[in-house]
Amino acid sequence: METILEIKNLSKEYGKLKAVDGLSFQIQKGKVYGLLGPNGSGKSTTLGMILGVVNKTSGEVEWFENRLNQQQGLKKTGAIIERPNFYPYLSARQNLELVCKIKEINPKNIDEKLELVQLGDRKDELFKNFSLGMKQRLAIASSLLNDPELLILDEPTNGLDPKGIREIRDIIHQISQEGKTIILASHLLDEVEKVCDHVIVLEKGKKIFEGNVHELVNHKSWLEIEVDNPDNVARHLSAIPEIYEVIHKENGKLQVFTELTGKDLNKILWKKNIAAHQIISKKPSLEEMFIELTHS
Amino acid sequence: MQIRKLLSIELYKIKHHRLSKILIAGYFLLLSSIAMIASIKFKLGNTQIHLAEQGIFNFPYIWHFNTYMADFFTFFLAIIIVSTITNEYSYRTLKQNLIDGMSKKEFLLSKVLFIILLSLLATFFVFIISLILGLIYSDYTSSGIIVSEMYFLFSFFLKLLGTFMFIFFLGLLFRRSAFALGFFLLWLVFEQILYSLIRWQWFNEKVAEKASWFFPIASFKHLLPQPFTRLSAAKQIGKQIGEEIGRFQGIPFFHFLIAISWIIVFYWLSLYLLRRRDL
Repeated sequence: METILEIKNLSKEYGKLKAVDGLSFQIQKGKVYGLLGPNGSGKSTTLGMILGVVNKTSGEVEWFENRLNQQQGLKKTGAIIERPNFYPYLSARQNLELVCKIKEINPKNIDEKLELVQLGDRKDELFKNFSLGMKQRLAIASSLLNDPELLILDEPTNGLDPKGIREIRDIIHQISQEGKTIILASHLLDEVEKVCDHVIVLEKGKKIFEGNVHELVNHKSWLEIEVDNPDNVARHLSAIPEIYEVIHKENGKLQVFTELTGKDLNKILWKKNIAAHQIISKKPSLEEMFIELTHS
Repeated sequence: MQIRKLLSIELYKIKHHRLSKILIAGYFLLLSSIAMIASIKFKLGNTQIHLAEQGIFNFPYIWHFNTYMADFFTFFLAIIIVSTITNEYSYRTLKQNLIDGMSKKEFLLSKVLFIILLSLLATFFVFIISLILGLIYSDYTSSGIIVSEMYFLFSFFLKLLGTFMFIFFLGLLFRRSAFALGFFLLWLVFEQILYSLIRWQWFNEKVAEKASWFFPIASFKHLLPQPFTRLSAAKQIGKQIGEEIGRFQGIPFFHFLIAISWIIVFYWLSLYLLRRRDL
C-alpha cells in the first residue's frame, strides 16, 4: 500500500516546552485516520508542521514516499485547520476561484463542490455574511477542489451548533465513503469511531497509542454476567486461568475480562452448577478508551 | 509558480477590495492634480509669480519637478501596501494560502511583484502627465532636451519601491496597519533626531550629511532632492537678496546603489521574518 505521508521523529519546541516530542507515524493511501488527544496534546502543532505553517524543530515530513516535496505534496492535499480562513470581501465563488489559482487547478469543479456542501444557491454571497456553519462548509468545499489525495481536517466542527455539527458530520461521512485518505483531528470521538479505521492518540506531544480502532476497543472488551450469588461466582471465576479480572459491579452484575466467549463461559459456569441469568458481550466506546489512555 | 501567476493571485485579491480600489483611484486623481499647478499665481514680496511661467514645466526640469511633487502622495499607496499584508494576518489567509500550496517565498514574491507593478504604474502615469504638460508649456521641445534628466523617473520609481518595501516589512513585522504606519512616521522622526545628534552633538554638518546617505528613508529621499532652487523665480529672489543659488549637479550614482541595497535588505528581512515565524 502506498504511503502518502510519513512523519519521522518530528519535534517542536517552544522554549523549554516540547509541544511535539519525537513523533513518528505513516499515513497509508485510502485509510481514514483519527488524530486524538486532549487539548494541548500537540495535534494542531503536528498538523501545522505537516502543512508547513509551523516550523519544525527537528524531524522529517516525507510526502508520497519522497517523490514530492512539501509544496507539491500540499497541492495534492486539502486541509482545514481550526477555523475557516477566507477573504471576507469576496463571495464564496470568488474565494474558491482564488484557491484554484493558488493550487493551479481548473475552476470547473467549483460549482460541483459548492453543491456538495449545500452552498450552491449562496455562492455569490460575501463570505463575511456567512454563518459559522456555512463558513465551515465552504472550507470543506475548498479543501476538496483539487480532488485531494489526502484530506486533513482539524476540528472541523469546532464552534458549530448541533445542526452544523450534523451537517459537517454527514459531509465527512460521505467523503470517507469515497475511499479518500483522511486525517481527522476531532473531539467528537463517536464520529471518529464511526469514520476512522485507525487512530493515533497523542498526549503531551508524544504518541501513546497507534492502531486499528476496532482492535483497540475489542482488546478491552468484557463479558457482563448476571448471577444469583455474585460474590461466590466471582471467587470461582477468579481461579480460572483464562480470566484476567473479575469486577463486582454496584448493580450486582459481574464484569469479566477474558479471552473466552460468552458461550465458553456459560459452559464453565454450567459445569460448576452455576446458572447465569444473562451473559452479554460488551466493549468500551472509543471515548471510554480515550479517557483511559489519556487519564483525562 | 510563474511570475505571471503570482501577480495574478495578488491582483485578484486587490481587484475585489473596495478600499484598495478607492485609494488607488484617489492616488491617480491626485497625481493628475499636478497639472493644476499650471494655474497657480501668487505674490512673493513685490514679485508676482505665475508658476507655469517660472519654467516648472520646461523640459528637462519638468521631470524633476513633477516626480518631486508626485512623491507627496506616496502615503496614499503606502496604506494599500501595508494593508495587503496586515489583512492577510487579520483574515488568517496567509496561513490558508500556504496550506493551499504556496511557499512562503512565492507568497512574498506575489506581494513584491504587486509593489513593483504599482510603482511602475505610478511612474508611468507621472511620465505621461509630465510629457503632456511639457509638450503644452515647455519652451524647449527638441527630443534631446526632452529625454535629458528622464532618470528622475527612475529615481521616483526607486523611491516608491524603497518606501513601499520598508512599509511592507513593517506591516509584516507588526501585523497591524496602524502600528506599521505609526512606526514608519516615528522612524522618520528618529532619522531626523539621529541626523541632528551627529550634526550638533557628535560631529559636524558634513559628517551628518554623509551619514544620512545610509539611513533608509533618507537614502530614498536623496533620490529626489527638492527642485525649487532650480526655479528661475528662486534664482531671481536669490539675486535680490545677494545669495548665490548653485547649479544642480545631478544625483550621484551611489545614492542609487544605497537605495537599491536597502530594497534588497527589506526583501530579505521580510523573507527571513516570514520563514522564521509560526502561523
